[in-house]
Amino acid sequence: MKKLKIPHMSRQLNRSRALNVFIYIFLFLVACFMSFPMVFAVSNSLKPIEELFIFPPRIFVIHPTADNYLDLFDVISNSWVPFSRYLFNTVFITAAGTVGQVIFSSLAAYGMSKFKFPGAKFCFNLIVFSIMFTSTVTAIPSYIIISKLGWVDTYLPLIVPFFQSSLGLYLIKQFMDANVPDSLIEAAKIDGAPHFTIYLRIVMPLVKPAWLTLIILCVQNLWNSTGGVYIYSEELKPLTVALNQLATGAISRSGISAAVTVIMLIVPVGVFLASQSRVIETMATSGMKD
Amino acid sequence: MEHSLFNKYRTKLHETAQLAKRERAGYLFIAPFMLLFCVFTLAPVIISVFYSFTYYNILEPAHFIGWENYSRLILNDDVFLIALKNTLVYAAITGPIGYFMSFILAWLLCELGTALRSVLVFLFYIPSMSSSMYTIWAYFFSGDSYGLINSVLLEFGIINTPILWLQNSKYIMPIIILASLWMSLGTSFLTFVASLQAFDRTLLEAGAVDGVRNRFQELWYITLPSMRPQLLFTAVLSVAQAFSVSDIASNLAGMPSVDYAGHTIVTHLLDYGNIRFEMGYACAIATVLFILMISVNKLLTMFIRRIGK
Repeated sequence: MKKLKIPHMSRQLNRSRALNVFIYIFLFLVACFMSFPMVFAVSNSLKPIEELFIFPPRIFVIHPTADNYLDLFDVISNSWVPFSRYLFNTVFITAAGTVGQVIFSSLAAYGMSKFKFPGAKFCFNLIVFSIMFTSTVTAIPSYIIISKLGWVDTYLPLIVPFFQSSLGLYLIKQFMDANVPDSLIEAAKIDGAPHFTIYLRIVMPLVKPAWLTLIILCVQNLWNSTGGVYIYSEELKPLTVALNQLATGAISRSGISAAVTVIMLIVPVGVFLASQSRVIETMATSGMKD
Repeated sequence: MEHSLFNKYRTKLHETAQLAKRERAGYLFIAPFMLLFCVFTLAPVIISVFYSFTYYNILEPAHFIGWENYSRLILNDDVFLIALKNTLVYAAITGPIGYFMSFILAWLLCELGTALRSVLVFLFYIPSMSSSMYTIWAYFFSGDSYGLINSVLLEFGIINTPILWLQNSKYIMPIIILASLWMSLGTSFLTFVASLQAFDRTLLEAGAVDGVRNRFQELWYITLPSMRPQLLFTAVLSVAQAFSVSDIASNLAGMPSVDYAGHTIVTHLLDYGNIRFEMGYACAIATVLFILMISVNKLLTMFIRRIGK
């Protein structure tokens, strides 16, 4: 479905042209301010070493070069732990955490949204309550629990706690309440569909925007995961840590450091761009109201 | 009398049991999540409160010391009071400004065409894209003459010698706040964009018929009242976020920062938990922070619920 723009509708709503122009200029300025650091990082990563240390510093590169990236690959290929291992660590943590979070929260959201069992309200209120504080509050006892479980220095503490994202559950559940009519579920039940089939075939496609949003948020968090206090072994360290170790190795590596920033941004940016367009597309087509 | 009351409870219990039986599949759906939730969210909160009344350093078994951690926190720990003040200042500024900025920008975007809007949403969201984007601010405010801000100020002759921005207790907090505001178009912003997009435009048309004259009136009389659930949700998120500031502070100003100017409750907590291994004391700090977050949130939700009623 194309954008719902009916020709005479914009005439009905009162819009002044002067204000429109003002808004455009304002938004343009904000966009410049917001994207400046990324533009700056990209530009820095293309600067040859002598340009990185000129005074006064320049924002844009004069003679772009790929040296920093080549240097980075050079350093990478000489690293003690094979570089592919760091990459695997990060990809694995991100993928496992994201997939787990989407599955666990959407299952629970379906349970809370479409079943009226005793205790459903209570559980949901508990979840909403837990959104009111962040995991930093529980960092210390979480460490104690995870060390008691014997999970220190494994992938598990970086992945499993992500499966129980209160925010994720909340977002999907609210979206389900609004966009999955109970009558549809009832109809499917009458047709004899098992609960799990209803969840997988009917509910999940309808709440696609919600779990795409969840994927965006989750990938951002996990992709930059540093392992924190949980990872000691060099071969389990994620990409961010490894790259930052390389980048801070020497002052001559400040160009490499910029290259690292750019490379680490590729995945979150890619995921965001891919899902953003699909979120909008799904929003437009999921217009099923009862 | 008593007999009928008993009967009432019995039928109630019976109904509940019936309902639980009929809807039992629901329990299966929520079970995996709730199990993990209990282990990684609920249990830590309870443990945290428990250990806050003990002396515990992980190596020796914890022993009970009553309110000692709390009295030490409030009476004998000057650094905690600085951290508390910093956190409150930070939250009071970044919370509301970030919140209104997210809403206003999302609202301005919702009238644009799809393509332009997508591009702008992307650009606005860049700072939140990666959790390490704010390190760029350390470069801008670098203390030598290569720092971008210093070099511009030197160039225009406003200052003669470079300012040590991140080593000067006067500037540390404002820089942290500035960097955070720059990063504040995050989840709340996306929520606003999505919900404004799904907003029923026929309401606005009906409003235009009823005499709403400009878009500010539209905002006040139509859009805002119907967005109360989203406003509530994002407010809760903002509070939780504002009070848990730590990474950005410790990465920009260092830890410990000069005169503790960038010290927050969470950096204080991590100091005692991860560096000094005084887990009991760290848990007391966490409990105070927990109570602070919950009570501010409760107040705020009460306030937002009152609006327009």
